[in-house]
Amino acid sequence: MSIALATHDLVKNFGGLRATDHVSLTIHTGARHALIGPNGAGKTTLINLLTGVLTPSQGSITLEGDNIIRLSQHARVQRGLVRTFQINQLFADMSPLQSLCLAVSERHHQGRDWWRVAGSNKAFVDEAEDILARFGLRDVMTQQTRLLPYGKQRLLEIALAIACKPRVLLLDEPAAGVPEEERHEIIDILADLPKDVTVVLIEHDMDLVFSFADRISVLVNGALLTEGGVDEIARDPQVRAVYLGESGHE
Amino acid sequence: MLTILFDGIAYGMLLFVLACGLSVTMGLMNFINLSHGVFSMAGGYITAFLINRWGVPFLLCLPLAFLFSAALGMVLERTLYRRLYARSHLDQVLFTIGIVFMAVAAVDYVIGSQQQTVKLPDMLKGRVDILGGSIGLYRVFIIALCGCLAVTIQMLLVKTRFGSQLRAAVDDPRVARGMGINVNTVFAITFAVGSGLAGLGGALGTDILGMDPTFPIKFMIYFLIVVTVGGTSGITGAFFASLILGIADVGGKYYVPQIGAFIIYALMVVVLIIRPQGLFSRSRGK
Amino acid sequence: MSMTPTAHQMMLDQARWRWSESLFWLLSLGVLFAFPSKALLFSQIAIMGLFALSLDLILGYGGIVSLGHAAFFGVGAYAAGLMAKHGLGDPLLGLAGAACVAACIGWLTSFLLLRGSDLTRLMVTLGIALMLFELANRMASITGGADGLQGMMVGPVLGLFSFDLFGKTAYLYALSVLFVLFLLARKIVHSTFGLSLRAVKGNALRAGAIGISASSRLVAIYTLSAAFAGIAGALSAQTTQLVSLDVLDFHRSADVMLVLVIGGVGWLYGGIIGAILFTLMQDWLAGITPQYWEFWIGLVLVCLVLVGHDRIGAAVKSMVARLSGKGGAA
Repeated sequence: MSIALATHDLVKNFGGLRATDHVSLTIHTGARHALIGPNGAGKTTLINLLTGVLTPSQGSITLEGDNIIRLSQHARVQRGLVRTFQINQLFADMSPLQSLCLAVSERHHQGRDWWRVAGSNKAFVDEAEDILARFGLRDVMTQQTRLLPYGKQRLLEIALAIACKPRVLLLDEPAAGVPEEERHEIIDILADLPKDVTVVLIEHDMDLVFSFADRISVLVNGALLTEGGVDEIARDPQVRAVYLGESGHE
Repeated sequence: MLTILFDGIAYGMLLFVLACGLSVTMGLMNFINLSHGVFSMAGGYITAFLINRWGVPFLLCLPLAFLFSAALGMVLERTLYRRLYARSHLDQVLFTIGIVFMAVAAVDYVIGSQQQTVKLPDMLKGRVDILGGSIGLYRVFIIALCGCLAVTIQMLLVKTRFGSQLRAAVDDPRVARGMGINVNTVFAITFAVGSGLAGLGGALGTDILGMDPTFPIKFMIYFLIVVTVGGTSGITGAFFASLILGIADVGGKYYVPQIGAFIIYALMVVVLIIRPQGLFSRSRGK
Repeated sequence: MSMTPTAHQMMLDQARWRWSESLFWLLSLGVLFAFPSKALLFSQIAIMGLFALSLDLILGYGGIVSLGHAAFFGVGAYAAGLMAKHGLGDPLLGLAGAACVAACIGWLTSFLLLRGSDLTRLMVTLGIALMLFELANRMASITGGADGLQGMMVGPVLGLFSFDLFGKTAYLYALSVLFVLFLLARKIVHSTFGLSLRAVKGNALRAGAIGISASSRLVAIYTLSAAFAGIAGALSAQTTQLVSLDVLDFHRSADVMLVLVIGGVGWLYGGIIGAILFTLMQDWLAGITPQYWEFWIGLVLVCLVLVGHDRIGAAVKSMVARLSGKGGAA
């Protein structure tokens, strides 16, 4: 099995604070890998390092075997490493259709086309519309994003990433802030993701994690505490201690 | 050459007093204020008025100019500027340019466009020789006074409770509020003091820099260069930036008059290329 | 034929030419025949409109606040002026020269704007404009300095239409150039490139996360904007046969900012409408208080900001949209 994404001894220091502490991860193609850990464990920092928003103090990152440390954020996206954000990062003044058409166009390297009207390529628009339909956003696709209810915005957040046809998809708490009744939509979307796409999921919702993931890494204070299959981790006393507090308080 | 250096230092010190208030308020509230020069103009004009009309001695005019400009600053901050803190930078730029235009035209209309002159006390006239370079006594006075002010302000910032509240608010207004610091009051006081200092600078600078209705526009660029080059995390940045700029400007105009004014603009652009957040700020782009 | 438009149609619909636009341009041609004596005023408006349009490209679509856009206007004016003075008097050639020079300077300085905050960009643009002003001042032997450039010989447009005293040729010339460049800007703004600019301006972080390289897009639009501003400056030089230092003055940068804001940032017509309002207002105020009109400009700025110019702009935009039957948020 090939390796989709790997880090080796990744370190990130913010002044005196070590946010990422010698993290070495190996994620195989097609994996459904979850990253869990208490608040402040450094999960989002790790995602930021992987996507190029932050530069590591030490260590390496490889995407499908290539060293991507020197690549900018947008270059990594073009190589197929795409992420979503924990707090919605959307184009508030554009409609979902426009946002997705743009993402699809960019993927086809047509983003610099300054002559043809945006959306004149019917194939791109069709693809955008298909994705929106899959996410249940077709009926709101021409509304301004800022006017959409939170649940729909969260779906758009993921749809936008899917439009980039990722090979490795990093999801930062996709269900964050989504009410119970609407969570199943997110879960269904995740289950429907193509099998050849590698998915790394940060989540606090343990039900979601256990139903979705096949491997789990546990991050505590910036370092990898342990890693293993779902059952292993669920039964691991160290992990339970980290989440439930020291056993002395029971 | 030492004469040029002394002149440059005096000019730099003056720039510091003029611009340090701006440095702090820009860093504090992320508020782009292009009308800072209006308060300098107020200080300069009130000084000229007091001296020429009522014969008030120059040295007494200085604290009066400070108080007048501080009061003006406090009033304008409470009534107008306060509404703009949450607005976009574009809005702040447009608004403060509008204020400058209005102030400049109003002064021109009411008082006229002639240069204001102040009569310096006799003891400040004349020159003295130090280390082989000669320097006017007035400039010595400026260096001494501004130097003391710099030290006082730094002491206030570092040693007093208000100072630490101010520094906390500059660092992170949200957290500061969460700790119970009344950021709005801190800012109001800081703005008033900053405007007062600008007024004091205007009073001091009337003799050296000239004072007419175009002062706020002419010198706006200098203040902004000090703030941009010095960064906004405290007054030490503004202090060293002012000195560097003062010496560079005076030196440049003397040694290479063809491109004299060019030098500080070029210097600023170079600094911004290398360190966009300013020379002395802890890296934190806003 | 289906009743509800397809997604494809809806995307294309945003760029559709509206009848209100045709009306606008026909009217702008018609005013010349209705008020032939005001031709010079109209050409002033057209030139200011083009200048404001150029600023809209970087401010409304690129999100760059510039206090020194007059740099490109001035550079273009001097380029065309010097060309006319030294025997290259053909107006279109002058425009081309101005566009090239301004674009070069725009391209070179654009890299300074990529890093740093709003304040940094403000200072850099202001600094560049001031440096060019000083440069023009010092090189008085070439530029004429404060007295202005003397001896410009501007040839007839396309070799056929000489500039007449009443300004008719000037206006038709300026209006044509404005129209052509407007069409170009309109194409760009409605293209995928334009959409990507909107994305960068709206959320630069997410734009990067979907693969957009913000830097190269901003450099491109800044360079184009500089070229447009340079052409506006050249038009000014050619139609008035005058170039003096005030083409690089801070006031010019501030004025064009005001013009754009009055008309509405981010919808291309804002610059032109703002130019109309501004020039008429300037003309009227100059009649009343020629010396202190700066005060009124300041007051307008202050009021606009306090009232909320974007609210005014949005109201105007939605009114126009409703009138011309435009649907949807797209």
